[in-house]
Order: sequence, then C-alpha cells, then structure tokens
Amino acid sequence: MAILIDEQSRFIIQGITGREAVTMTRELLNYGAQVVGGVTPGRKGRDVHGVPVEDTVRAFTERMHVDGAIVAVPPAFTADAVHEAIEAGIKLIVIVTERVPRRQVAQFVEYAEQEGARIIGPNCLGIISPGKSKMGGIGGAAESTRRAFTPGHIGVMSRSGGMTVEIANALTEAGLGQSTAVSIGGDAIIGSSYAELMPLFEADPATHGIAIYSEPGGPMEAQLADYMRESNSRLPVVAFMAGRFMDAMPGVRFGHAGTIVEGRADTTAEKIARMEAAGIAVAERIEQIPALLKQRLGA
Amino acid sequence: MRFYEYEAKQLLAKHGVALPKRTFARTADEAASAARELGGATVLKSQVLTGGRMKAGGVLFAATPEEARTAAERILALPISGQQPAGVLVEERRDIAQEYYVAVTWDARAKRPVIVFSDMGGIDIEEVAQTHPAHVSRTHFSNLRPLSDYVAKLAVARTGVTGNDLAPLTRIVLNLARIFVQYDLTLAEINPLAKLSDGSFIALDSHMDMEEEARGGQRALLAELAIADTDTRQARPPTPFEVDGARVDAADTRGVAGRVVEFDGNMGLVIGAGGGSLTLFDAVRSAGGKPANYCEIGGNPSVAKAAALTKLVLSKPGVQKIAVMMNVVSNTRADIMARGVIKGCIDAGRDPAQTIAIFRIPGSWEEEGAKILRRYGVEYVDRSVSMHEAAQRAVAKMG
Repeated sequence: MAILIDEQSRFIIQGITGREAVTMTRELLNYGAQVVGGVTPGRKGRDVHGVPVEDTVRAFTERMHVDGAIVAVPPAFTADAVHEAIEAGIKLIVIVTERVPRRQVAQFVEYAEQEGARIIGPNCLGIISPGKSKMGGIGGAAESTRRAFTPGHIGVMSRSGGMTVEIANALTEAGLGQSTAVSIGGDAIIGSSYAELMPLFEADPATHGIAIYSEPGGPMEAQLADYMRESNSRLPVVAFMAGRFMDAMPGVRFGHAGTIVEGRADTTAEKIARMEAAGIAVAERIEQIPALLKQRLGA
Repeated sequence: MRFYEYEAKQLLAKHGVALPKRTFARTADEAASAARELGGATVLKSQVLTGGRMKAGGVLFAATPEEARTAAERILALPISGQQPAGVLVEERRDIAQEYYVAVTWDARAKRPVIVFSDMGGIDIEEVAQTHPAHVSRTHFSNLRPLSDYVAKLAVARTGVTGNDLAPLTRIVLNLARIFVQYDLTLAEINPLAKLSDGSFIALDSHMDMEEEARGGQRALLAELAIADTDTRQARPPTPFEVDGARVDAADTRGVAGRVVEFDGNMGLVIGAGGGSLTLFDAVRSAGGKPANYCEIGGNPSVAKAAALTKLVLSKPGVQKIAVMMNVVSNTRADIMARGVIKGCIDAGRDPAQTIAIFRIPGSWEEEGAKILRRYGVEYVDRSVSMHEAAQRAVAKMG
C-alpha cells in the first residue's frame, strides 16, 4: 500500500507542452506512471511522448475517470488551471509551479476544501510511491529515481523538494525503503501540511514510520507537534532541522501580529523544543535519520 | 516588501481611515516648516523599515518649530538597526483617551486571512495577548466569499466593545481588511489605533508589508507611492557582491542562481537549492568552516550561469577555495554543473584542482560529471558521502 497514488492512479498534466513538462512526461512514463492525457489550450490533437493533448480538462474527465492532475503551467495561469481541475471533479492536484501569489493559493485551497479535493504544493516536486507511480518531477529521470527511492515502509514529507529526495536516498542507502514520499511545497500557504497528511499515513498499513525535513519559519512543525500530542499516533516520527544558522542572524523577525496569531516564535531552536516535547526525534544530520527510525521501529 | 509608515498612512488616508495631520520631511528645514504649518505641538518619527523606533530614540516630541528642527536633526543622524532613516514624519500631537490594536495578516495554519483586534493596544500588545486573552480577538475570513461588514464587527465585538464605539471601529477594521486584500499585503497593522478625547478614532502608527511576488501586479500602487523597481526594501541595502549575484541570475532564464548573501569567511559556497542550501550552510558551519557567502543554485541552470556564479564567488577577496555541493538532484544536471564550475574557475584564472575543495552533486548525469571533474583533478564524491561529510571534507582542506 501507499498513500495518495499507486500503480492504478491515472492522471493528466496541465501545461504538458511546456519544456520542463515534456521532460517530466517522459520521466513519468519511463517510471511506469499512468499519464493518460495532457492539457494545453490550442494544442488539441497533438501528443507528447504518445500522451494525447486536449484543450480542456473536461475533454478527459467527460470520457474517463481521472484520479489526479499535475499543474505545470506558468504562475500567471496556475490559479485558473487549478480551478479548472477542481471544477472538473479531479480530487488530487499536484502543483509544481513556483511563485504563485499567496492570495490565489489561499483561494484555490479553500475551493478544494469545499469540493473535497486535495492539493499538494504549490512549489513542490510532487509525490512518489516507489515502485508504483509518481506525480511530478520528483527524483528526475526514471533510473535516477529508482536509485534514490526504493519501496518500503517509511513515509517521507518535506517542505524542500530537493531534500525529499536526499532524505529518501539516505533511507535507501541504509536499507529503509519508502511507502510514499511527498514534497509538500515551500510556500507560506500550501495545500497539505505535515499534520494534514499524517492521518493518511496513519491509515496506511504499509507505513511504519515517518521522516520529515523542517526549516525555520511558519507554523507547520508546531502544527505537527500538536497533532502528535493529540492523536495518539502509532507512527514514530524523525525530523531533520535545517537552517539552524538563521537563529543567529538578525533581521528576520516576526512582527506583533505573527506572534499573536501563532502564539510562539518560529526559530529552529523553538521548533526543535516543541517537536521533541511531542516525542518527535530531531536529527542533526541527514544520515542520523535511518538509525533514529530503526531504534524506534525496533528493527 | 515593507512600506514606510508615511506610505502606509497614504494608503489608509486613501481608504477613508482618519489620521493625524502630517508631513513627510527629508531635511531638518523641511521638518521645521512642516511643524510651523501644522501649528502647536508635534511628534517627529524616524522613517525606517524596522520596529523599535521609540526605544531606539527615533520618536521625539516638539513644542515649537525650532524644537522640531533640532529633533529632526537628531533623528536624521540616528541609524536604527543599521538603517539610515529615509526621512522624518512630522505629525500634530493629539490627546489620546484609549489605545486599540488592529492587524490583518495570514494564518498559514488556517490558510485564511485573520483579523487580530484588541481594545488594549500599544507597544505591549504581545504581552496583552498572553495576559489578557479575552481582550485580543482573532477572526478569520474566507478567501472566496465577499468580505462582509459582519466579519469586522465580530472582530471588534469579541473583545467586549459595544455602544457608540462599535460602528466606527468596525468601519476602520473593515477598511484595513480591504486594503490587505486589495494590495496583496501580508501584514496590515494599525497600532495604536487611538480613541481621542472627542470620541473619534485615528490611526497613530501603521505597518504594512506587501508580498514580494505581488510587485508585478501592484505596479499602479508602487507608482502612486513613487517606489522604484530598484528599491528592494531590504533591511540593509545589498552589497555590490549581492547586486552582482542578482545580475548573474537575471542574465539567463534557465535555472536559479540567486539569493547570494555575503559573509566574512574564506570558503566560497556554490550550493543549492532552498533546503539544500540551508542544510549545507549549517553543515559547513558545524564543521568549523567559515563561509564567504550563502547562495542558492538549482533548477537546471546553464553552464554559463553556473560559471558566472562560480566566478562571482571567487571574485570575493579572501576566498581560498569553493565547495560545490547539492542534495540528490532531480532536474539539475550534474555534468552541466561540473562544466560550469570548471569554466568559472578557469575564467577567474584559477586552477580547478586547487580551487574546488569538493564537488558533491548526485543525480542525473552524475557519471558524466565525474568524468569531467576527474579530467581536471577535482575531488568528486557521490551519494554515499552525506552532505555533512562532504562539508567536513571541504573544510578540512582549508588552510
């Protein structure tokens, strides 16, 4: 098992004819993912590595079941593409585009909540269930992806796309495979946070433990710590904390309002303390993650 | 990007929020004549992009135009948190009966804007939130539904405010929320929002931040406030090295080679990208290394871009060697990075073998990258060497 996607998942790519998206399509097909279509307005009738292209999302959803969509269009068109996918009834949307304005993100995330759709990203590398399927550029070329990611029992979540791959690779090197790895996106507002994905991993019998990448800024680690304290989770969680040097750098400070909203600071020291108090082990180096997980898994 | 107080107040005025009479002055002479025109007692406030002005001595009171001149001279000569004031805001002094606090910002957890309101405003608002939670309300509003008056009313009423004060406060809160939405702000704050002895309300101080990504879409506003594209609004102006870093990034649309920040060390860093840079910078520091810079390179940059960044890092006086390191990459090509950094070394007149302390970029095309590096005698490590180990090896090679 896995979460979000497996070998049965059929998805489309919005913006499939863009340069990076064409490369991604080839990599996804080589990895065995079921890319059933692509959307680029005005390009109906063409194909990208054999994947048919249509003008609209509905052209696909009206004639087949589509599980997900990858949104790989430029920032100015991203909100429109996401609204189109949600409106067409697609329930999993992975947004790889960077620099989407925050208010637009908040709008389509709220729309997705209303329609029962899940958003991953924006500004992310996507999702992979190793050996089954992937959505997004995560891992790059198929053979590269197979080197870094192996099937197994650790769930990975990371705000940094690159570090999703680095952590999975460290797990693989240490003989720990992954159930699903999710690059959740680096922006202030994203579709799915660590705490929001935890129940999915919780419900997946193939997942035995969790590794996350964390960094300064934002409430996401505190939210995960709250989840762990309140949920009675069966899953041991190990976090790696990057950007410790930023605590010593002046200038980046919360204003009054930010502190009042969140009720606590967002330095790495503060986050480490909160996570440890919630039973999350915090690694100083990536290569410590596998050992910390093995200890907790009793393996 | 942050607005100066006088700019934030221009926005408030435009949207019908009452303010003290005021003039923005760039010199002590201008401040004196502004005080004369306003008549009576004035308050002079340093215009800097940071808080804590009062405690730093950046806010002074004057009874006469001459006192205003002296105060302005002192303020204009006083850097706050390393920032030279852009000018001084001269305002009429008003008698305050009570201070309120209102802010609109993003709640990343709820993924909605939130109005924070308090009937106990002032500089100790964070403490008030701890000690008098019933006097601080938090009210979220929808990103999709139209912003309706009741949301602002709820924010105010939740702190116990009622009677004649409810309607005018609701109007101010609503206007602030509209400003927040309309101009893509990440923070719109009025503190204090003052009730005067005559029962009316005015905004005494305001802090507004706009989302960096919104600059393109908010051209009209920036033009109205006469904010140039080159005005970055950073807490400190970028150094020439950092300006050159931005130029390297802008010269070529492929990939990212930005966010160059300068430090005092001897070890140049060509590292990427976001999370990888944070991890590697920590790794170098914890190994006892002294970074000369922070940077982010990734997103499959071209040879030219990687070379230009390398050359720039090497141009910094005191840089002995560079470390070229990334996490396991998905779309950046290791061979292109290898070509780029070697070209950058050669362009800078340096021997790659002596200059590149270590190269660790596992991922696509890594075998090809390794071949190129071997030809130039550069130490290459693969994914079996962790980011921290790679940083340690690089630091060990420094003098």
